[in-house]
Amino acid sequence: MKSLARRLVLAVPLLWLLAFFVAPFAIVLKLSLSRAAMARPPYEPVFNLSDGFWGLVESARQFTFDSYSLLLSDWLYLDVYVSSLRIAGLATLIALLIGYPLALAMSRAPAHWRPILIVLAIAPFWTSFLVRVYAWIVILKDEGLLNHALLGMGLIAEPLRIFATEGAVLIGLVYAYLPFTVLPIFNALDKQDSALVEAAMDLGATKTSAFWSVTFPLSLPGLYAGALLMFIPAMGEFVIPDLLGGSNDLMIGRLLWAEFFSNRDWPMASAAAIVLLGLLLAPLLLFERAQSREADT
Amino acid sequence: MPRIGASGFAALLLGFAFLYAPIGLLAIYSFNASKLVTVWGGFSTKWYWALLDNRLLLESLWVSLRVAFASASIATVLGSLAALVLARHGRFRGRTLFGAMIYAPLVMPEIVLGIALLLLFVALGLERGLLSIIIAHATLGMCFVAVLVHVRVKMLDRSLEDAAHDLGAGPFTVFFTITLPLIAPALLAGFLLAFTISLDDFVLASFLSGPGSTTLPMRVYAQVRLGVTPEVNAVSTLLLAFVGLVLLTGAAIAQRMRAV
Repeated sequence: MKSLARRLVLAVPLLWLLAFFVAPFAIVLKLSLSRAAMARPPYEPVFNLSDGFWGLVESARQFTFDSYSLLLSDWLYLDVYVSSLRIAGLATLIALLIGYPLALAMSRAPAHWRPILIVLAIAPFWTSFLVRVYAWIVILKDEGLLNHALLGMGLIAEPLRIFATEGAVLIGLVYAYLPFTVLPIFNALDKQDSALVEAAMDLGATKTSAFWSVTFPLSLPGLYAGALLMFIPAMGEFVIPDLLGGSNDLMIGRLLWAEFFSNRDWPMASAAAIVLLGLLLAPLLLFERAQSREADT
Repeated sequence: MPRIGASGFAALLLGFAFLYAPIGLLAIYSFNASKLVTVWGGFSTKWYWALLDNRLLLESLWVSLRVAFASASIATVLGSLAALVLARHGRFRGRTLFGAMIYAPLVMPEIVLGIALLLLFVALGLERGLLSIIIAHATLGMCFVAVLVHVRVKMLDRSLEDAAHDLGAGPFTVFFTITLPLIAPALLAGFLLAFTISLDDFVLASFLSGPGSTTLPMRVYAQVRLGVTPEVNAVSTLLLAFVGLVLLTGAAIAQRMRAV
């Protein structure tokens, strides 16, 4: 009786994930090896179970690596990967430069402030993502709030062109995912024993040298985790480059969307999705390793 | 010992100003009487009243609320079961794989998940509509719920359940009278998170919607692409306020549950 219940507890979520997470990915993989066709559905081969086993084998023979070889040889596509990596990398760097001082200040704030500060740092994540991106359109547009204020104060003669540029995409990415960068750094700083810094200062270290030789190195695991939690979602982002970027600011997410909806080249979109996952695999494994090492200590 | 100092205080002030000023400005300007979004023309709530006449928007809100409620309910059940497996089933064969299946959707780009689920529905020859969006949101939501509930189950004092068991309670009685009430705050938090994620999702919904199942974020997105309008400001502010309200209610209920 008990083991039946145990099995059911496992079976229900497992079957759901197999049906709606694992199976769909098998289909993406299969489709990335298919060919676009003017048909419904718009690709071939189409597997038909009624053809029997040999019929399926016959269909599988039509698999092709065409989409991949085009993705990996055409400069148009390679440019998109390179610019995605560059934009996600820059966003990560900026997020660390803003997030680290913030996390440090949070960890040094009086103890009774800290729970409120943590809630303040997490709360934006709970509010609407779309609204937070939209807010930056209102601010950054040529006739937006920022330009209006700067022109009004006479600081600039012409409106700044930030909206629809890579700069706007960077601002949007940093803004959207900053809480993910701050929290792991804060956690790493918060659990440090303050006696370590006091010991260093007793031994003659200045405040600055104690920070660089004790506090900072000990916070590196949190810094890595925070960086990856910015980098990974930034790589696959669609909404931010689509709303804040110009038509030239392509990222993989936008490429995928265009291949799928505008060009209706589903095999190409599937191959692009697989390549994106491939690019994310290394940072994900790094993150996983950092997390499990954290769990061991 | 206050160690924060002036520079630390400045970092806090600037950091949180960066996080909150944009949504704060948006909320303020939603009460702007002027049709020009950036020119302040006095206080007015007229854009909020105008929303009530926007039939398409209201229809999509109704779609979104139904999707969010259904998908968050499914996600809470499935996610809690998954959390119990992760916390209580010990080291069974395939546990690592199961754990990976729970964590993968959390880090997977939504656009990839959207394409994958869409292809599944096409391959099966199923119509897309409310149901397909609910399934997509439930799949993503259950993983968030599983993580939240897992943390809570791990913190549980097992001796409480053991005591009930020793006193003659069967496994089901133990679960429903001891375990479930103890993890209820986490279930509620998970439900609310899944609800807000569903209510806010644009990418998955665009891949999986069919005729007549346009969600609120899809409607808002289409308007945003056309430009900034006072009406969108008002909708956005309502969304912010609504999510804030949901969270405050959740926090209050969780507080009361803990007090009992």
